[in-house]
Amino acid sequence: MNVKAQVSMLFHLDKCIGCHTCSVACKNLWTDRKGAEYMWWNNVETRPGTGYPTRWEDQERLRGGWEPKDGSLRLKLHGRLGALLKLFYNPALPDIKDYYEPFTFRYSDLFDAPAADDQPTAIPVSAITGEPIDIESGPAWDDDFSGSGIYARNDPSLAGVPEETRRQLEELERIVFNYLPRICNHCLNPACVAACPSGAIYKREEDGVVLVNENRCRAWRMCVAACPYKKVYYNWNTGKSEKCILCFPRLETGQAPACAHSCVGRIRYMGVLLYDADRIPEAAAVPDADLVGHHREVILDPFDPAVIAEARASGIDEDWIRAAQRSPVYRFVKEWGLALPLHPEYRTMAMMYYIPPLSPVMSVVDADLFRLDLADGEGAFELFDRLDASRLPIRYLANLFSAGEEGPIRAILRKMLAVRLYRRARTVEGEAPADLERLLESVGLDAESAEAIYRLSTLPTLEERFVLPPYHREVAIESLADPLSHKGLTGLGFVEPPARGE
Amino acid sequence: MTWFLFAIFPYIAVTLAVAVGVVRAVRRPFSVSSLSSQLLERRWLYWGSQSFHYGILLVLGGHLLAFLLPGTLRAWNGSPARQLALEITGLGLGLYALVGALILVLRRLTNARIRVVTSPMDLLVWLALLVSLVTGVLTAGVHRYGSTWFTGVFTPYLWSLARFAPEPERLDGLPWLVRLHAFNFFVLLALFPFSRLVHLVTVPVGYLVRPWQLVVANRQRSAGAEPSASARN
Repeated sequence: MNVKAQVSMLFHLDKCIGCHTCSVACKNLWTDRKGAEYMWWNNVETRPGTGYPTRWEDQERLRGGWEPKDGSLRLKLHGRLGALLKLFYNPALPDIKDYYEPFTFRYSDLFDAPAADDQPTAIPVSAITGEPIDIESGPAWDDDFSGSGIYARNDPSLAGVPEETRRQLEELERIVFNYLPRICNHCLNPACVAACPSGAIYKREEDGVVLVNENRCRAWRMCVAACPYKKVYYNWNTGKSEKCILCFPRLETGQAPACAHSCVGRIRYMGVLLYDADRIPEAAAVPDADLVGHHREVILDPFDPAVIAEARASGIDEDWIRAAQRSPVYRFVKEWGLALPLHPEYRTMAMMYYIPPLSPVMSVVDADLFRLDLADGEGAFELFDRLDASRLPIRYLANLFSAGEEGPIRAILRKMLAVRLYRRARTVEGEAPADLERLLESVGLDAESAEAIYRLSTLPTLEERFVLPPYHREVAIESLADPLSHKGLTGLGFVEPPARGE
Repeated sequence: MTWFLFAIFPYIAVTLAVAVGVVRAVRRPFSVSSLSSQLLERRWLYWGSQSFHYGILLVLGGHLLAFLLPGTLRAWNGSPARQLALEITGLGLGLYALVGALILVLRRLTNARIRVVTSPMDLLVWLALLVSLVTGVLTAGVHRYGSTWFTGVFTPYLWSLARFAPEPERLDGLPWLVRLHAFNFFVLLALFPFSRLVHLVTVPVGYLVRPWQLVVANRQRSAGAEPSASARN
């Protein structure tokens, strides 16, 4: 056992309202710079949809993640020699058009226009060239645009969903969508790190944050292609790759990342997970059907005395072990089994987790009237027993969160529905009938855990959502080496202004 | 004049390349980058970048071979058929690189997005590279069998530079085209540390042997322990 700690985030998709406050908070803090205009370290996608960059899940074109071969893993992008042969041109990279050409508006026109009969307008200009452009796409261009034959229909994660169901998803009365906020997954087996020829990307040992050392980055851009989530971006101005840093300067000062802190729906939770680094190679190489189970196995029980002893032995201090024990992410992921990583089949062992969204019952047209697809007299258990009647196809959720395996998704949705039914009975009738207790048991919960899930899902305080470990910056290398060496430097310790090389 | 161009300037160029290059790599590592522009334009780059890079690398390798192993090269050229094959290959690679370079220069001058990321130094570098390529290709066409006479003229001259006993007079009788080609090489060498050419020495050969995953500690694990990049997987 080789115990390491990971600071992890969890997204409760059932609560996401798609307001993009997270994206804007991140944009204002980190990517409001020349060359970074097109980057959204945090973005929110409408799914089914093509996402950002468009069709990022199409790994046959973009070659992200790992693939199993003879019991071990290899990068889908390249072998070692192959990487060097692709330095001069890399076909697997997305084009700026796949993101969007960043734009702004010439607001000065509003003030400088001469007096005339018409209102002056601010014309859109490219943020790259400064020339006027016709805006053809933008961040979250297909926002709320489900049911469209262009965006929703071309979602790569609809693969395997029966054609009949796919057609239904485009019918007005059956259109459905959910929101998917995405940041860097700070993976345990990051493909971007493995693909970087310069060795500029690394995983930080203390908290698992994956970072680009921009002093070592040489702009080969293999990380951009190798990341299956397309969460490493190339700054065309500085000639360096950039990515989500999990707001580590905020974490180190006890604050949640900007995206999580600003979340209006309070869907985000942060906490420490202890994991066994020795098990990563094996867990990432199992067949698709076993991925979710093995992924959970890598995460360790922070109450287990053996784990605690190993954690101490590998230098994790008491505060972090205590934080891991109070971690809301651990409870949702491991204790209750409610959350899954995004696309585990990419085999990077993503460390951001999602609670899949519930969706309403499918509608049917009956004598020219729309009504829910419920037979008369059927009770509240209806959807619980007929998950296939939920509007979001189970297969679709399985493609997103469990490598196409419907079992884990069904188990989670049943748990969530059981908690909902139980709590509804408690609220409305004051007491839950015995058959609801049995229902909870049938999904592996009891009254106590159902209450805990309910409380952490709906009524958590800020301190319960964000259980951040103390970083002990006083023992970090930088501060030990020479505290004065940082005096007068820009922001994050640049020893030179981050200007484009000559 | 010859003395300055071919005995003094080469040392200035090499000194600049090494000294400024090292200072830049150590003091301003952020500025060292290949400054790829594939994100902004990829179709022309596909045709230009690959032919230019592979062409010029192979031609440069040929020059290096003639400098380091002149005997082998002369032995190879002992047969007229083999010599002709080498000459045609060299000329072909030179043209290959030249066509690629022209595509890239045209792209840099005409594409609005690429113009945004073009500095005056980029244009100067391209000018020098084009001089090298054009004079090189012309030399291969006009003053044939360079693969043989290089070993008699340039190999001893370059070795004389390396021995710090320069013999620039060896280049005295050469046509101006060849002399321009040779001098321009040192110009490129002098430009190297001040331009994007520095990415030449950052070719990531270490990738062939390094571990797949890199983990770096931000904190000291115990007293006296040095931070280190350790391997996993």
